[in-house]
Amino acid sequence: MAVGSVRWRPVALGAAGVLGLVVLWEGYKALGPAEGVTVAGQAVLPRTTDLGMPHVWDMIGRALEPATSIEGAAPVWLAVVQAALVTLGTATAGLLLGTVVGILLALLMQRFVVAEWAVQPWLILSQTVPLIALAPLVVSWGGRLQLGPVQWETWMSVGVIASYLAFFPMAVGALRGLKSPEAAHTDLFRTYATSWWTTLLRLRLPAAVPYLLPALRLATAAAILGAVVAEVSTGHKGGIGRLIIEYAQSGSADPAKAWAPIAGAVLLGLFAAGLVYLLGLALGRYRRQEETA
Amino acid sequence: MTQDRLTVPATATTPTSGGDPAVRVAGVDKVFTGRRGQVEALHQVDLVVDPGEFVSLIGPSGCGKSTLLRLVADLDSPTAGTIEVFGKSARRARLDQDYGIAFQSAGLLPWRSVADNVELPLRLHGADGATRRGRVAELLEMVGLSEFAGSFPDQLSGGMQQRVAIARSLAENPRLLLMDEPFGALDEMTRERMQSELVRITSETGAAVVFVTHSIPEAVFLSHRVVVMTPRPGRITGEVDVRLGDQRDEDLREDERFFAAVTAVREALHGRPTPASGAHGRDLR
Ligand SMILES: Nc1ncnc2c1ncn2[C@@H]1O[C@H](COP(=O)(O)OP(=O)(O)OP(=O)(O)O)[C@@H](O)[C@H]1O
Ligand SMILES: [Mg+2]
Repeated sequence: MAVGSVRWRPVALGAAGVLGLVVLWEGYKALGPAEGVTVAGQAVLPRTTDLGMPHVWDMIGRALEPATSIEGAAPVWLAVVQAALVTLGTATAGLLLGTVVGILLALLMQRFVVAEWAVQPWLILSQTVPLIALAPLVVSWGGRLQLGPVQWETWMSVGVIASYLAFFPMAVGALRGLKSPEAAHTDLFRTYATSWWTTLLRLRLPAAVPYLLPALRLATAAAILGAVVAEVSTGHKGGIGRLIIEYAQSGSADPAKAWAPIAGAVLLGLFAAGLVYLLGLALGRYRRQEETA
Repeated sequence: MTQDRLTVPATATTPTSGGDPAVRVAGVDKVFTGRRGQVEALHQVDLVVDPGEFVSLIGPSGCGKSTLLRLVADLDSPTAGTIEVFGKSARRARLDQDYGIAFQSAGLLPWRSVADNVELPLRLHGADGATRRGRVAELLEMVGLSEFAGSFPDQLSGGMQQRVAIARSLAENPRLLLMDEPFGALDEMTRERMQSELVRITSETGAAVVFVTHSIPEAVFLSHRVVVMTPRPGRITGEVDVRLGDQRDEDLREDERFFAAVTAVREALHGRPTPASGAHGRDLR
């Protein structure tokens, strides 16, 4: 493909995928049993009532109406967008922190074989700790922190939890990428007697780009997921996680409303993925191997 | 293309001072220890290359030619024996950038354009922009790739990539060139043209060359001396003094002395006695 041009095929396929989902939803709602499908007492498919599965157009219609009956209340979609932006901010902070930590760990492991042996197991272990267990810990530790004049705030806890999910794919991807230059290239730099730092800048980092981009894609999704879940479990206000809980509570009276923040979270994820895709286009010259391969 | 000329800065032609040879390999052994036991890649290798001398290493696959070159380049260290480059340790010579190298594979950086690949050593060693541009233009013209300056390696054929790698090895006018089958991927015509260019460059710059090849005519055309190696363990078993004079042009390829030298090298490779001829072969066994 031509470097630097947006490919329309995946965009069209993506749109078709969304449309397919809508058709599936409405199709099941129209044809499925009202009581849902249960197998041995376990619900496998949801009830198709308007309470369980509102029509897609009802959800969209509800999103355009004011959020509450209070005079002058903002429409649901605006509240969702505002919350999504708050979550995007926290997730970005978490992603940055996670990326820095992940790449530093990878550098350490690339530089010192001993470090790789020492760090790898902890890296794996870190990802087996459930997020839900972690959130209250981070909040209570953070609460006891006093960083000079800066007071620890809950959004920082949310960011830290998001970074905790984001650093792992970055560390793994960066390590593979930093180790990817072939022997002919590392030999060449050795004959040029370049320092470790110059070799990193001119050889290892450029060679790592094809590994860093997919890692970043995973880390971005993880950071957003982490931020949303952390908002829920720390009770942090203002973000989309909180909004999901809030609107769900108005559940039986206003079933269509609860879907708006969920759609917001999905769109947030797509938006972030789009940004990573654009970054990939900008770094096209470092991905020539990918495209010819 | 025959008019291609590389202008050589005056600094490069300074004759090497003193009596230190460009390369001195003495009593070198190299043993690789792998999972499946040990491989003796080199056994008691002695080799001296004088400043400005062109020496080819020839021998069957696996006889340790690349290994010997890597030891001289300080990319690996010998198990026993010593290696000196211009009277210094191989390591010191590498740090001082005393040699340029071209590997068996081109090894271009895929994210750099052709021009940026050629300028890589200059850039890494802090040459200023104007110097770099001038030098890159000269080198690309010499290897006949001026129009491809902005292309990327994946847009070039294997032979073109190899020519870029050769230009890169010459970028800093090294006093010693280490070349591992650099023309292996080239078609016969380009190959002969590159050989003539290399002869001209090295006689102009006075650079010494250690050149690995599988081709007897190539070794004979290029070299002052052809060193013959045999495998298991890798040893130097013969030497042919070629000395076809500095006037080496296309006519030489059809000269009687050229064929005599080719025969001498072939017989040294096959371990048969060398008959009297224009070239002087020595069996070192
Ligand atoms: N890093 C290594 N580890 C183990 N064995 C090695 C290594 N490098 C080379 N060898 C062995 O050393 C011997 C000489 O290898 P070398 O690459 O020097 O041969 P060569 O003469 O260059 O062959 P060719 O003409 O095929 O390039 C071979 O038997 C090879 O298997
Ligand atoms: Mg070899």
